[in-house]
Amino acid sequence: MSVKYLKETASQTAGPYVHIGLAPHQAGFDIFQNNFDNNLVGATTRGAQIVIEGRVFDGSGSLVRDALIEAWQANADGRYNHPGDRQKTGSVDPNFRGWGRACTDFETGIYRFYTVKPGPVAGRGGKVQAPHISLWVVARGINMGLNTRIYFADEEKANEADPILRGIELKKRRDTLIATPSQKDGKTVYTFDIILQGDNETVFFDV
Amino acid sequence: MNDLVSHAPPAFVKEGTNPYPELFRRDYAAQSPAYTPIYKTSVLRSPRNALLSIDHTVSETTGPVFGHNELGLLDNDLIMNYAKDGEAIGPRIIVHGYVLDENGRGLPNTLVEFWQANAGGRYRHKNDTYLAPIDPNFGGCGRTLTDENGYYYFRTIRPGAYPWRNYVNSWRPAHIHFSLFGNAFAQRLITQMYFEGDPLIKVCPIIKTIPDEEAVNRLIAPLDLNASVPDDTMAYRFDMVLRGRRSTLFENRLEGN
Ligand SMILES: [Fe+3]
Repeated sequence: MSVKYLKETASQTAGPYVHIGLAPHQAGFDIFQNNFDNNLVGATTRGAQIVIEGRVFDGSGSLVRDALIEAWQANADGRYNHPGDRQKTGSVDPNFRGWGRACTDFETGIYRFYTVKPGPVAGRGGKVQAPHISLWVVARGINMGLNTRIYFADEEKANEADPILRGIELKKRRDTLIATPSQKDGKTVYTFDIILQGDNETVFFDV
Repeated sequence: MNDLVSHAPPAFVKEGTNPYPELFRRDYAAQSPAYTPIYKTSVLRSPRNALLSIDHTVSETTGPVFGHNELGLLDNDLIMNYAKDGEAIGPRIIVHGYVLDENGRGLPNTLVEFWQANAGGRYRHKNDTYLAPIDPNFGGCGRTLTDENGYYYFRTIRPGAYPWRNYVNSWRPAHIHFSLFGNAFAQRLITQMYFEGDPLIKVCPIIKTIPDEEAVNRLIAPLDLNASVPDDTMAYRFDMVLRGRRSTLFENRLEGN
């Protein structure tokens, strides 16, 4: 006999119509006064504003046009807007929740987040985690949401010391977590494609 | 951006310790694997590499906080929240219950979102082409925050079953989709609620992806006559459980905690 706990509810696919519940505008109608969306920033949010942009591919290399992706991240100081973050450095930004949700476009398959670049975050055992954004991906055909992280190509030093990136031996696998910057219309855009299956399959986590 | 409210820390927490310690590891024995050929879309959308297990950090043990002021007064009433020239058509029901963690504690102030087909099994979605008609007074989505005990409720109409392309003649049992946050991003969950007594539950490929019969049973909401409104609305009870949190007694301390 072992100690009895309740069991986590079984996950079920978000299905093809996930947009109705979580992003009704994408489903084609307007119902809520206040909608949750892919813009994490306001005019007064601290930090360097960036765009994350990418596509999702299935095992045949086809675009996944009905995925929903959520982002959770620390602010420019590396602080999360949650009472469970008890880091001593930096401060919470009242104008930054650090969370947003985006859908891949039904035509182009592209998703986007408008956010700020997060600062480095404390890791376990005195280590520091490189700046990163946690992602959660759901769609028709995905039985349980997939967890991964975006790291930034221009944080080479921090990435080399990051406990998670260090733990991925194959460079090819590690590179699936790293977004590359470019300049578009005066904005810094990081490209981060998510490959659900196959040759360059993204590293997904058991969190 | 709206003002945010704080999660109240759970009552069991000792002073001076982090009220949000790391989570229980996920019990995959009661969860669908990624690759489930019986549900055909999963074949090309399932990772083939093993998931990389990572130790929890503050990135996993925290999550977004939502406030009451972000929701509208009718957001938890699907009979009224898209009413144009009348009320939504279909059997009127209340769905209610608790959002708990694996320790059995109610999760206060957590966002619960839900969406569903109308009484004829048709979704208000530009990609749904099922021939059952759109109900002009039914949007099909809503949301609410749990109260201080983790309790939630909403009012809707009972959704209809609908056909889908998997096998020829595949029908989804009547169901309501749920999205849950808890108070950590690693608790994030989407699931579906089914209705007691529906004969389609036993033959549904999406339900059959779940390897554990008890886990399936926990997705089936029983009729709850005690919570019904006489002469008005039937009720179904649906509790949901998110991952628990470890005790902090002799924990390897998370840095910054
Ligand atoms: Fe559905």
